Amino acid sequence: MSEPILQINNLCMNFGGIKALDDLNLDVEQGEIVALIGPNGAGKTTFFNCVTGIYNPTHGDVMLSPPGKPSIRLNGLKPNHVAEKGMARTFQNIRLFQSMTVLENVMIGRHCRTSAFILGAILRDRATMQEEKQILQKSYEILQKMGLEKHMNELAGNLSYGEQRRLEIARALATEPFLLLLDEPAAGMNPQETQDLEAMINLLQQEGQSILLIEHDMKLVMNLSDRIFVMDYGKQIASGSPQEVRDNPAVIKAYLGDDSYA
Amino acid sequence: MEYFIELFFSGLTRGSIYALIALGYTMVYGIIGLINFAHGDIYMIGAFTAFIIATALSIFGFPLLSIVILAALAAVIWSSAYGYTIEKLAYKPLRHAPRLSPLISAIGMSIFLQNYVLLAQTSDFLAFPELIPDLEFMEPVAHVVGTTDLVILVTTAMAMLGLTLIIKFTRIGKAMRATAQDRTMAMLVGINVDRVISMTFIIGSALAAIGGILIASHIGQINFYIGFIAGIKAFTAAVLGGIGSIPGAVLGGFVLGLTESFATGYVSSDYEDVFAFALLVTILIFKPSGLLGRSDIQKV
Amino acid sequence: MNSFKETKRSALVSLWFMFLTFPVMVMKVDAIEKTVTWRWENMAFIGIGSFILSLFGRAFFERQKSRRQRQIEQNIEKRNLIQIIISHNKYLYPLAIAFFLFALLFPHLFSTYQINVMTTALMYVVLGLGLNIVVGVAGLLDLGFVAFYAVGAYSYALLNLHFGLGFWAVLPIGAILAAMFGVLLGFPVLRLRGDYLAIVTLAFGEIIRLVLENWNEFSQGPSGVSNIPRPGLFGIDLTLDQAITYLYYLMIIMVLVTIFVVNRLQNSRLGRAWVALREDEIACQAMGIDKTKTKLTAFALGATWAGMVGVIFAAKTTFINPASFTFLESAIILAIVVLGGMGSIVGVIIGAFILILLPEYLRALSDYRMLAFGAIMVSMMVFRPQGIISNVRRRYHYDPEKERSE
Repeated sequence: MSEPILQINNLCMNFGGIKALDDLNLDVEQGEIVALIGPNGAGKTTFFNCVTGIYNPTHGDVMLSPPGKPSIRLNGLKPNHVAEKGMARTFQNIRLFQSMTVLENVMIGRHCRTSAFILGAILRDRATMQEEKQILQKSYEILQKMGLEKHMNELAGNLSYGEQRRLEIARALATEPFLLLLDEPAAGMNPQETQDLEAMINLLQQEGQSILLIEHDMKLVMNLSDRIFVMDYGKQIASGSPQEVRDNPAVIKAYLGDDSYA
Repeated sequence: MEYFIELFFSGLTRGSIYALIALGYTMVYGIIGLINFAHGDIYMIGAFTAFIIATALSIFGFPLLSIVILAALAAVIWSSAYGYTIEKLAYKPLRHAPRLSPLISAIGMSIFLQNYVLLAQTSDFLAFPELIPDLEFMEPVAHVVGTTDLVILVTTAMAMLGLTLIIKFTRIGKAMRATAQDRTMAMLVGINVDRVISMTFIIGSALAAIGGILIASHIGQINFYIGFIAGIKAFTAAVLGGIGSIPGAVLGGFVLGLTESFATGYVSSDYEDVFAFALLVTILIFKPSGLLGRSDIQKV
Repeated sequence: MNSFKETKRSALVSLWFMFLTFPVMVMKVDAIEKTVTWRWENMAFIGIGSFILSLFGRAFFERQKSRRQRQIEQNIEKRNLIQIIISHNKYLYPLAIAFFLFALLFPHLFSTYQINVMTTALMYVVLGLGLNIVVGVAGLLDLGFVAFYAVGAYSYALLNLHFGLGFWAVLPIGAILAAMFGVLLGFPVLRLRGDYLAIVTLAFGEIIRLVLENWNEFSQGPSGVSNIPRPGLFGIDLTLDQAITYLYYLMIIMVLVTIFVVNRLQNSRLGRAWVALREDEIACQAMGIDKTKTKLTAFALGATWAGMVGVIFAAKTTFINPASFTFLESAIILAIVVLGGMGSIVGVIIGAFILILLPEYLRALSDYRMLAFGAIMVSMMVFRPQGIISNVRRRYHYDPEKERSE
């Protein structure tokens, strides 16, 4: 068993006197889909924010191990550095660049993998133009994979809700992450859209993408995940395979008899 | 030592004026999240209105006391009217627009008001009539604390008290507090948010008008541009105390007034305005929540 | 829409405004002469004007709203005439060439005074384009832009005064100094949100002006610096007329270069990063964009243009003092960007010409210039916040088959 690509040890996040995260441990192996679930207010998005650099954790370690490269401690790194190191995320409330086109949103994802700056922009030398061409190409290909290429010149704000969520994933994929963090990707989706999402995430896993997701839709979580971590009140209350977690009494109690997947 | 006391009272006086104007800034920011750039110009219009009415009445031969009362009343009424109108014209349509839009609109309104008064009246410095006579019992300390200083302090204290009573004990006050905390929820429980916002502007403008009359009598002259610099300083005071906090605006006003007074008295009077600006920059960069404000945690 | 109700409404509005403006517009007191003048004609003017504006304004607003409703339902993107012209190269290029030829011939067709006016307008075009990068593209509301303008102007004035440096030597120095100030003033405001950023930059601008006004040993205070030499043409002595024409052509070149550079910057990796920063700072960081670097670059580049125009300003007017660098200047440049359309190059050019040239040509109304500025800023935000030319994003064309076969 190789080293996990993401290793979280004893993560604590205090806001004043409130312990939003209390001694959390989590790991993701390469090629896995790991789900983080828990009731509302458990601290899941706070966890994401700590891991991606929006908050600096009070205690604990966030260790990223890109395959074949040494481990990096992510604590305190700025969000753009975290993206550079290979971790990209989507947001619970969609945060697309509304007045940019669909294609441009994905092109932004390519930013951290490219380097043209002021002189390159002004002079448009061969290297810069080559880079722009590649950005265009890669972005288009990702849009194709997500089924959005027909909308490439439309404003992101004009897409339907489900399409916007897919676009956010496409944008994150453009950063070539080796770990993709999805924050409630199925929120607000109807059953058909959720099914399409499930198929797409499966496809991504087949291509070798590792994924960590927060979700409330239990059916989706049970179908997709290789392993599940359960949180409540900032603490971990269970972890294991979907079967193990489903039958865990502590989990059932935390959800107060959630009947959506009995 | 005497110099110190003189500077102290001078600082309190300044501080009172800043506090009166700062209250308008802080209340509006607390309720709709807008820095009302044109607020300083409302203060200026209050001063001008008082000037016009007072001068006219004295030309017509009215007795001093009635001039003072009528001019003050006029200033308050018209400033409130301007505040109300500005909100309806320039801010209400932009309530759901991105944050930059109402700010730019406010800047435009400020420029408009300044030039409106400039064109309709004059660009000259106008001599403001002495509305506050020197009281006899102040004679012994007159070289340190003038009658005007006393009047300003007392008036300010009364205005603060009045405001606090309104906010704490009346229905509209409660509605204002609710709207400041959560506008959507306030609407859902049946509060007429439009009316609450208008009321906020009216009260803020009235206070600014009072400040306008007081300072105009104190300094003795007005001009269409006084709103700009007073506005910036009052805004500094509001931010210093914690924008959105009413006691904060008062505290900030006094802190700024005293700082300015001592700085110009002991250090240099040329750079008077620079002190306020530098203070503003320092607070906003290092402690944007001010002395009494809460930290704004952004939810991701 | 009940027309009687509308009339009644407008009449009430009219009465309100007549009441509101009564002391300021109707009464005029003279404390020295002890007179009170009653300007009833103003009241009539206000009454009738507000009645008409209210009546027609309301009708216009209603029509706009229903038109916008229909647009949203049919999902079409409204593009006005100017935008259509711009996006079709076959219209744009001939028009641009025509303008360029006109610009070249301008000095031969008009008087020296007109050339001077046009040069001023061109300077504001460049200033507007510079601020456009900071405010329009990157979304950083900089109200202290005039500070960089002052840095450029004073650097020429003082370097010339103390060291005898000429125009062409100082032009790059002024640009670099301004850029440095841009970074310097940008650093402290990195973490600030929209309104606070605006206020702090305003404060910075004022601090710089006040320092220039009071630090007499350095800047010669309120009396300013005079006898600043005009730019030289290989050492040839130029008459006043020739020098003004020379400056005009310099500005034409500068405008062309600026348009070229700004256009390239906007449509580049950096430009996209700026727009992303403007749209959503947190998401843009999450996607790997360095917020600090991107913001500071915007500030520095915007400041560079202001600095260069500042140098030119000093050379043009041969005398500068702190009074030229007030907050009002920043507000005017902001008004140009807002009027033209944030992020749109052609829009900013049109905006600059409207706001600078119109008052010149409507001499009778020039007193009302600033009043109009204020009114325009408010109106634009309320009625058309996207400006004359709303920013239409670039349409990319990508044909996967063609690419693969290459």
